[in-house]
This record gives sequence, C-alpha cells and structure tokens, in this order.
Amino acid sequence: MGGLLRKTKEAAIHFGLFACALVSVLTTAGIIWVLASESIAFFQEVSLVDFLFGTRWAPLLAPRSFGVLPLIGGTCLVAVGALLVAVPIGLATAIFLSEYAPPWFRQVAKPVLEVLAGVPTIVYGFFALMFITPRVLQPLLPQTEVFNAASAAIVIGIMIVPTISSLCDDAFRAVPRALREGAYALSATKLEVSTRVVLPAALSGVVASALLALARAIGETMAVTLAAGMTPKLTINPLQSIQTMTAYIVQVSLGDTPAGSIEYQTIFAVGMTLFLITLAINLIAQRVLRRFREAYE
Amino acid sequence: MESTPAMAADALPSITVKHAPHSARAVTAVIRTEQLTIRYGSTPAVGAVTLDIPEQQVTAIIGPSGCGKSTLLRSMNRMNDFIPSMSVEGRLTYRGMDINGSACDPVELRRRVGMVFQKPNPFPKSIFRNVAWGAAINGYRGNLAEHVEQSLRRAALWDEAKDVLHKSALALSGGQQQRLCIARAIALQPDVLLMDEPCSALDPIATARIEDLIDDLKSEYTVALVTHNIQQAARVSDRTAFMYMGELIEVDDTNVIFTNPGNPKTQDYITGRFG
Amino acid sequence: MSAAPSMFRPRLGRRRTIGRVFAALCLLLTVAAMFILAALIVTVFRAGLPSLSRKFLANMPSVLTPEEAGMNSAIWGTLWLIGCTALFSVPVGVGAAVYLEEYAPNNRITRFIKLNIANLAGVPSIVYGILGLAVFVRWLRLDRSVISGALTLSLLIVPVIIIAAREALAAVPGSIRQAAYALGATRWQTVRHHVLPAALPGMMTGVILALSRSIGETAPLIMIGALTYVAFTPGGSFTEDYPQTLGGAYEWFSTALTDQFTAMPIQIYDWASRPQPEFHQLAAAGIAVLLCVLIIMNATAVAVRAFRQRKSS
Repeated sequence: MGGLLRKTKEAAIHFGLFACALVSVLTTAGIIWVLASESIAFFQEVSLVDFLFGTRWAPLLAPRSFGVLPLIGGTCLVAVGALLVAVPIGLATAIFLSEYAPPWFRQVAKPVLEVLAGVPTIVYGFFALMFITPRVLQPLLPQTEVFNAASAAIVIGIMIVPTISSLCDDAFRAVPRALREGAYALSATKLEVSTRVVLPAALSGVVASALLALARAIGETMAVTLAAGMTPKLTINPLQSIQTMTAYIVQVSLGDTPAGSIEYQTIFAVGMTLFLITLAINLIAQRVLRRFREAYE
Repeated sequence: MESTPAMAADALPSITVKHAPHSARAVTAVIRTEQLTIRYGSTPAVGAVTLDIPEQQVTAIIGPSGCGKSTLLRSMNRMNDFIPSMSVEGRLTYRGMDINGSACDPVELRRRVGMVFQKPNPFPKSIFRNVAWGAAINGYRGNLAEHVEQSLRRAALWDEAKDVLHKSALALSGGQQQRLCIARAIALQPDVLLMDEPCSALDPIATARIEDLIDDLKSEYTVALVTHNIQQAARVSDRTAFMYMGELIEVDDTNVIFTNPGNPKTQDYITGRFG
Repeated sequence: MSAAPSMFRPRLGRRRTIGRVFAALCLLLTVAAMFILAALIVTVFRAGLPSLSRKFLANMPSVLTPEEAGMNSAIWGTLWLIGCTALFSVPVGVGAAVYLEEYAPNNRITRFIKLNIANLAGVPSIVYGILGLAVFVRWLRLDRSVISGALTLSLLIVPVIIIAAREALAAVPGSIRQAAYALGATRWQTVRHHVLPAALPGMMTGVILALSRSIGETAPLIMIGALTYVAFTPGGSFTEDYPQTLGGAYEWFSTALTDQFTAMPIQIYDWASRPQPEFHQLAAAGIAVLLCVLIIMNATAVAVRAFRQRKSS
C-alpha cells in the first residue's frame, strides 16, 4: 500500500515538474499565436509589400502609410551605433582583463562591469536625455536635436559592454594555452600574441558576442523611448530624432487605441517584425557560438 | 650528483666535434646552469642542478615522469615565466649572460633559444603562415617565401607540403604538424633548439622521421632534448643527463651512460627497473 | 649575446613600445566604462537630491503640485508586484529547472525545451508586454491589475530563473545523488533532501538577481496598462485598512491583486517624459530610490553567494 502511494506521489511530482517546463513552451506558443493572429488580420488590410518596403510610417495620421522601413531604419541606426560604442570598449576590456590585468584588478573590474548590465534601461534613457544630449552632444555638435539617435546609441552601447566583454573573455580563455606558448616561443611580444594569435583564434566567439549584443540593442525599449524621439524617419544622421520599432509600440499603447482597430493591430505587426528579427539574430549567434565551442573542445 | 668537466664559461677556442665518442674535448657550453633550483610555490621541482648544454651537440635529459626535466628545459627560454608561482634560485646563463637577470629580455632570448613542444601546436593558419609568422614578426629581411621553403626543407616537410602551402596546418597529420612546428622554430635561425618530448604524442614511424631530423639538425643547432624514451636518447644524443626527483643524478657522454653508468640509480633506470 | 650575422631586424624596442601603448589604451577604455557608470550614478543622485525626503517616500504623485509629489503609490505597487511575481515565477522556474536537470530524458523533446528556453531569454521585454496585454488583460479579462502585471513579469523572468537554477543544480556533484540512490531513495526524495539543499544558495542568488531585474522593467508594464497618477496603493493603505479577520484578509488580498496600480519605473518614466524641469528632478529622485532598492537586492545576492562559498570551504 505504501509503495503504491509513493509511486503515485512520485508520478504526480514528475508530472508537475514537467508541467513547469511546459510553461516555457506555452509561452513561446503564446507569443507566436498572439503576434501571428493579429498580424494576419493586419495584413488583410495592408499589403505585405507596402509594409516591408514602404518608406513612410504614418499609421495614425491621414494620409496613412504603413511602410515599416523608417522604424527598422531607426532601430538599426541606434543598434549599429550602440555596437560601434560597445565592441571596441568590450573587446579592449576583455583583452586587458584576460591578458594584461593582475588578478586583483580582474576581481574588482568584472563585478563593476556587471553592474553596468544591471542598471535598468529607463535610468539609461534618463541619463541620455538629461545629460548626454545637453552636456555632451549639443556642446560639441550644435545641430544635435533634443531627441536624437546618438544619445540613445551611446547609452545602450555602454549597457551592452558587459555582454560583449564577458563573452569575449570566455572566448579568449577557450583558446588553448599551448597556442599562446607556441607563439611566445617564437619571440613574440604580448601584444602580438594577443592580437595576432589569440584574437583570430577566438574570432567566431567574438562575432557571436557582437550578435547577441546586437539583438539586445534592437530589443531595447525605454532608453530609445525617452531619448531617441517619436518621429519615424529614414535617415543615417544620428543627431536627428527618429523612432524605433520598440518606441512606436510604446507610443501606441500609451494612447487611446480601441482593440480591433488598425492602429491596435500595428502593435502586433511591428511586434512580430521585432520578434522575428531578434529571434533570427539570436539563432545565428547561438549557432556560431556552438561551432566555436566545438572547435576548442 | 656529478658535474660536467669544468669549463671556462668564456672563450676557450671552441672546437666543435661531431659524434666524438670520447669526453674531454674543448666545447663551448652554450647554456649552463649552476645550482639551479626551481620551485612551484614552496615545493622544489628542480633542486640545485648544475648542467652544461654544449654547442652543436644533442644533449638528452632523461628521467621518470615528474623528475623535473621539462621544468628545467622550460627555464632555459623563460617559458616558466607564465606560471605565476614559479621562483628560481641559482644561476642560469646563455653564452655567459644571466638569463634571469634584469638585463635579459625574454622576448629576445626566445629568438635565440627556440622551443618545440610535446604536443604539436601549429596555429590555425595556413602552413605557409605558420612558418612565416615568427620570421615576419621579427623583421626577416630576405625573401620570405624562399625562407619558408628552406625551413620546410630543413625540417624534412617540403615535399609533403609544397603543394598545399596555403591549406590549413590543422589538416596535417600529427607527425607532419610536429615537423611543421620544428620548421617554424628553425625559421627564426635560433642558436639553441629546446625540444620537450617532441615525439611522445606521435606514432613510431613519425617518431623515427623526427629522430632522423634531430640527428640532421645538430650540424647547425645546439639541441637540448627532453625525452622519456630511453632508447631515443641512446640513438640520437651525444650527451645524456639523468634526472630523478628534481636532482641531476649523472651526466656524461651517451655511450658512457648507456654502457657503463657511474651511479646505480642510473643503471636501474636504464635497465627499466623503474620509471 | 653572440649570434651569427642575422637576417632579422627584430626592432624589439619599437614593438615593445607599441605594446605598451596598446595596453594603456585598453586600460583606458576599461576604466572609461567604469567611469561612465560612476558618472551616471553621481549625476542622477545629484539631480534628484533636492527632492529626496521622507515626504517623497510618503506622498502620492500629483501633477498640479510637483513640490508635494511623492512615490508612495509607486513603491507599494512595486512591492506588491514583486511579491506576486516571485510567487508565480520562482516555483515554475525552479520546478522546470529541476525537471530538466534531474528528470528529463535525453531526447528530442528535452532538447527542444532547452533550446526554447534559451531563445525566450533573448526575446525583448516589450514582446512579453504584448503577450501579457493580449492574454492576461484582454483574453482572461484580468484587466490592468497587479495580477496581470505579475503574471507578465513572471513569464519574462522564468527563463532567466531556469537558466540560473539549472547551473546551480548542475554544480551539485553527482556523487551526492549516487549516494542517495544507493540508499534506496526515490528520485524525488533525492532531489528534495539532498540536491535541492545543496543547490539552494546558488539558486537563491539567481532568483534574487532575476527579481531585481524585473523591478526595473518598464516596457511590459506600460503595455499592460499600468497607470500613472494612481493616488492609491493596491488594497488601500496597509496600516489603515488592516484586515482583522481571515476572511477580511482574503478580501483585502484579492482586492489588491485586482486593483489598478502603478510602479516605480512607470512613475519615473512619466516624470521623465514631461518637459518641465521640476518633474525631471522628481524623476531623478525616483531613480535614486529605485537604484537603492536594486543595490540592496544585489548586495543580498552577493552576500548569499559569499556565505555559500564560505560554508563550502
């Protein structure tokens, strides 16, 4: 009798835990279902071609236009700008911490850098709006607008430095010591070993880290909402006000949009675009990372 | 613990004699250690070793695992610098200059004292780049392509490599990779070549080819060879040093060590009683 | 040193100098990153300092009189939110991690679940907000309540908790499990009495870090419609409407969960997006409070980790 009771209890627990794991599957299914169902309704009103290739985004004002390129352009401008800030700093930090720094410095610097990743993005947005734009950008480049892509790109770049730095650090450490020793034995200096042997050997790991950081920058919401502006515009000038996909979704939600209206559906269409882009980048990054790890194990 | 016949560190006119079976010839000691002690933290790995590496000869250092022979070898081109807990006492000189002194730049030392490692470690680059890399970094002034060819010929790899110079070095077999590592080491035209158990990761055929190579190399380079293969030491070297538990037990001409060793421990090791 | 006449021109001096310059540059960039962090914290605290007072923590936000405005409703809202989020996300996250590490067979379904979780961790938080809007607010008609917010945030941090908990479980040596099985323990007994306690400190660290991340999340809460200028706290004031009976407690609880609410990041966002400088000062003060809460939570996580390390050594 005790055995049967125990067996039932074990089975119940097993099932309960499985159900917990299933929640994640349901979440993904939910995301895809929610985004897809409203997007399909949206694309019955607006053609896919107009959406993907149109260069004017004006869903709320007449004459309406539903070309998403300005939003994608704004997102890219900020994300690429963020990478331009984060990759040099992240790489330099990783090289310094793994090849040059004494252990005590590493122990202090690594947690401090992790703090950068822990600061909420709204704080970064506030900092960009209140400090970077008026005190840094506008004095140097007076044509900078109050809302601009550059300030958001800078702070997002700072925010993703720890992502790049710690992944690059892992990549450098994965390069076998034998390779470094072989290079040193050929009368190479530390710089030459770090940059001409270790870095090329770790390259796919570095690339994967940049891709993961890119995906994070693309999905960033509050910094761009506060600092980058609400004017969808296709431009490569980072000193202008633009609008990213994420900021648009916030804008629409804060307004009065009745459910079922086309404005409401734009949330899901843009959300779907955002989701697919970040998913694709994450999958590619994971693939690159997996191949890198296989090469060194 | 025996010491080598006393030599003046500086210039007696150096007469290089190859394969001379007798001792007592005037040969310059390129590298000398005097009472060299190396510790990991507080544990000694090498204890008060006094050893000469004579010019243009192959000196083999044999002994059971853990006897400190690799540690001793690595100290000769300051590769032990990369191990933070290492400390060194005693004297270690290269052609009279103190290797551990402040006047000695390890990077420059390594150009003259090259190393081949136990497990082949070619760069994940092409065969050509592997050989050319060290030379290029050090500002080789001649024709680099010719120099690469020469080095590969010298390392007995040219015939196998000449058609695939731009393929990845990682596609080569283990023995070929090790010969590639030898080629890239000699591309720097070093004075001394330190070889740390270069054949231990290779099959017998590859081993035989590299042993032939070592025999050939000693006409141009001084070789210090660490090996756990006793027969290899007997085949290839001119002098043999036997180490046990960090100490130098005996060093002498190879044929003396293998036919009539002075120390009973050496006798036991040679005959396979332990190790 | 003697050597044959050399074909080499190593130019060591020059190479070393370049090396030193490069090292200095790397150090500079590393320090710059840390300096910007310091600048950020200092700037924000200085900007918000004039507004920081007990009044600020006790008052409700008000548009008309920014001098009198406070974060009381936002703070309570955040507390309610985190409490409920922890209630939902920790059991699910830890349960899923236990399943994946201790129970799951190594087949395609398991691999799919693991891959799925890794991808979920990379989905932008605003997409979770969209999900929460559609499922909890609209479909389940939970409206813009604390419970909607908590469920949405839970979905957001469950993947993070799973990943951290799995690491903590994987770090438990296999010998502990073997020993328990050898004594005839069932799988659950082994997990409950041996593996979980050993993994607990690591899991707690991960959970605290995940929860502290959720405190700062703004986008999902905006999506599900958390309001600003909410001049009440969920369930009313705790001290005034103190529930006297068990039934009263239940009623108070369920009112609170279904109440509309605001939260710290939402309030900060609202103040920051207004043009008037008085509101910017309030936003800075709000950020200072938020950062203090985060510092406390992260310090707790670090202390747990240090305690665990000291205990095991």
